[in-house]
Amino acid sequence: MMLNYLAYAVAAWVFLWGLYGIVTSKNLVHQVVCLAIVQTSTYVLLLAIGYKAGGTAPIFADIPVGTVVVDPLVQALMLTDVVVEGTVMALLLSMVVKANEVAGTVDPEELRILMG
Amino acid sequence: MSARTRTTLFLISAAGLAAIFAWGLRDVPPMGDYRGPYGYVLTQVAVYERHATDTVNAINYDYRGFDTLGEEFILFASVLGVLLLFRPAGQKKEDAGKKRVQLEDALPVSDTLRVGMQAMAATMIVFGLYIALHGQLTPGGGFQGGVILATVPLVVYLSGNVKTFEAIVSNPLTTLAECGGAGGYAIIGVLALLAGAHFLTNFVPLGKTGDVFSSGTIAIISVTVGVEVAGGFLVLMQSYLREIIEERLQEER
Repeated sequence: MMLNYLAYAVAAWVFLWGLYGIVTSKNLVHQVVCLAIVQTSTYVLLLAIGYKAGGTAPIFADIPVGTVVVDPLVQALMLTDVVVEGTVMALLLSMVVKANEVAGTVDPEELRILMG
Repeated sequence: MSARTRTTLFLISAAGLAAIFAWGLRDVPPMGDYRGPYGYVLTQVAVYERHATDTVNAINYDYRGFDTLGEEFILFASVLGVLLLFRPAGQKKEDAGKKRVQLEDALPVSDTLRVGMQAMAATMIVFGLYIALHGQLTPGGGFQGGVILATVPLVVYLSGNVKTFEAIVSNPLTTLAECGGAGGYAIIGVLALLAGAHFLTNFVPLGKTGDVFSSGTIAIISVTVGVEVAGGFLVLMQSYLREIIEERLQEER
């Protein structure tokens, strides 16, 4: 019984560790990576929700329609996100580069003053 | 707020969040017992309705095509954001000649790596195109194929061939691919309107299930997405490359 909820627990675990990293981070690059980890937890959650016992991939190239397959909807949701996450990370990292140029540091503790 | 206070505050709220999460899971069916109707219905009808054997892509580029269009523009906006942040700040033309030398200096490569990576680059181009073009049949599609194609210049860079890497990522075609891919998706949607159907309706003849030229707009949109993703990642590489060069030039001054 417990095992059936293990994947959900893993998702929560990954999410919270990522948040912990963001909160305690001493480096903006590290912080961006932590945000990516938080996002990764949603993949675990989505795939776990869509899983069907004994199901195979929802690709009917070589299996007949009607075979037990896992839910394709959640997979479609996370598939686009994987690529979008990559570019969003690039955007955040470019902000880190600029922050370093302007403030001369990548430690969020020292980035207290907002500069317009 | 000191670091210690913040961590304490976080630990308290994290415990609360974990508790609420566990509480929220009470009514979620255990893993493997999912009975959501939509995914089930789509696996039953997608092959007949859209002649696409990969249900995931049938959802991405057709049933929920409007969502994916939105995702596409998130990607587009982030790439645009990077371009905006890294816009060249009055760079002089004479610097252009200098940068080539500097980049080449930075990369000593062994023979094994050079030959291996060059062989790999060719294979990856073919593989990327294959993945991008067969999204409607087997796992793959524009997102995955585009990313594979975008990594080819990096492999070229690792092989020590900096000139070719630069030529690829600084090519104006990358920007065109980025914009054309994003625009192409929207244009296909509008063409459906002109054909008298709803936005993003699959109005192209569906072809024979299992063929590369099947599933109507799913295959076409998949290709435009591939073009956009590949173009987007190349534009990103180009902006980061330009930023590195500018920084090195500033260090020298």
